[in-house]
Amino acid sequence: MEQLENFFHMGGYGFYVWLSYGITLIVLLLNYVMPRTREKKLVDRLNQISKMKGQGENES
Amino acid sequence: MWKWITKYASPMHFYLLANRLTPWFGWSAAVLFAVGLYGAFFYAPADYQQGESFRIIYIHVPSAWMSMFVYMVMAGAGAAGLIWKTKVSDAVARSCAPLGASFTFLALATGSLWGKPMWGTWWVWDARLTSELILLFLYLGYIALQSAIDDRRTAARAGAILALVGVVNIPIIHYSVIWWNTLHQGPTISKLDSPSIHIDMLIPLLVMALAFNLYFAAMVLIRARMEIVEQEKNSKWVQELIVDKVSV
Amino acid sequence: MNPKRKKLLFTVIFIVAGVGIATGLALMAFQENLLYFYSPTQIKDGEAPGNRNFRIGGLVVNGSVVRNPENLQVSFTLTDTMNNVDVSYDGILPDLFREGQGIVANGAINSDGVFIANEVLAKHDENYMPAEVADALERAGVEHNYKNNQALP
Repeated sequence: MEQLENFFHMGGYGFYVWLSYGITLIVLLLNYVMPRTREKKLVDRLNQISKMKGQGENES
Repeated sequence: MWKWITKYASPMHFYLLANRLTPWFGWSAAVLFAVGLYGAFFYAPADYQQGESFRIIYIHVPSAWMSMFVYMVMAGAGAAGLIWKTKVSDAVARSCAPLGASFTFLALATGSLWGKPMWGTWWVWDARLTSELILLFLYLGYIALQSAIDDRRTAARAGAILALVGVVNIPIIHYSVIWWNTLHQGPTISKLDSPSIHIDMLIPLLVMALAFNLYFAAMVLIRARMEIVEQEKNSKWVQELIVDKVSV
Repeated sequence: MNPKRKKLLFTVIFIVAGVGIATGLALMAFQENLLYFYSPTQIKDGEAPGNRNFRIGGLVVNGSVVRNPENLQVSFTLTDTMNNVDVSYDGILPDLFREGQGIVANGAINSDGVFIANEVLAKHDENYMPAEVADALERAGVEHNYKNNQALP
């Protein structure tokens, strides 16, 4: 338990160390999540367009 | 060789290749991040002067390296796009910008969080910090240019020229600590004489650097393949591969 | 490569080289302003601006640090191994401030030749090692080889 406390304390530099690692984690995750969401939306839109086109052709 | 290059310069083949490579890069990056973080916190000893705060090096230095490396990739891809007019290189250049800007931001932010306890200040206008800040502005300028110009070809060309002009900043960043008196210390790793970082501290740093590189490789491919699908959304192969999900 | 593309390639190379040389020259001209700090020797030679604030960089001389026990007032001597400058400072010192450490102080020289600092920053070197290794090196007497190569212009 004390060991764990010491680990998070980082010799008094815990704030700086953990904030650095925290910011890095957030930025690296965002750089993965954001393009993946955009990609998913793009594919959905392409599917929708293709469906609408298909319906249009059937109706006419 | 030439045939191989022209093959993968075709959007569809690049898309397929990117799809195949992304998981390999992504998972090896994840494994190396885990190994590197273990090394950073449990294997590496505390520094004799800076104590535990020194552990910020394991994200600060790889981020700073990547900020420059990604810029060179962006400028290189931009130049290739200017010369050979390949859509793939334009997509790669465009995909580098947000990643490079992120690495530059991380280098600056973690540097600031390291500088406060050690140097006694969040920020100083010395040559190293200022040139790294200019790099961030170059990335942001590139992104702004891309969103300002609607026509993809024109945007890619203008972006490539901006990126190439900005290349002069890269050696300035690297040598700033040697050319001028700066608060930032000199280079540790690329120094020619005796190594100035203990081997137990160096190994996790190299692992983290490799992890950052692989992460970048995976992320740039994810972005580039999306750019390509967007560019080619009316083509037959996009329709077949992505909408109709025909396996190849 | 067709001639048109070749021409474009050369244009690109020309632009990059041109901008590179121009920036290099501009930086050379501005070098003085990019100097983040002056060394004690430069100050002795009169290179530092006398009428306004500037920064001084050097190593804190061993045994020169005198703290006032009642307030934050501290005085110490900075050296670049050739010349010394006495510094007086009233404020909180960074964690890395210690004797033998490279530091950068912002302030001005008074009529007595004492540098009155309003800000003191620590400059650390590019060496990273565990405390045991540093101790061993110090015992072997090589301390100054790795500690003193910084902060000196």
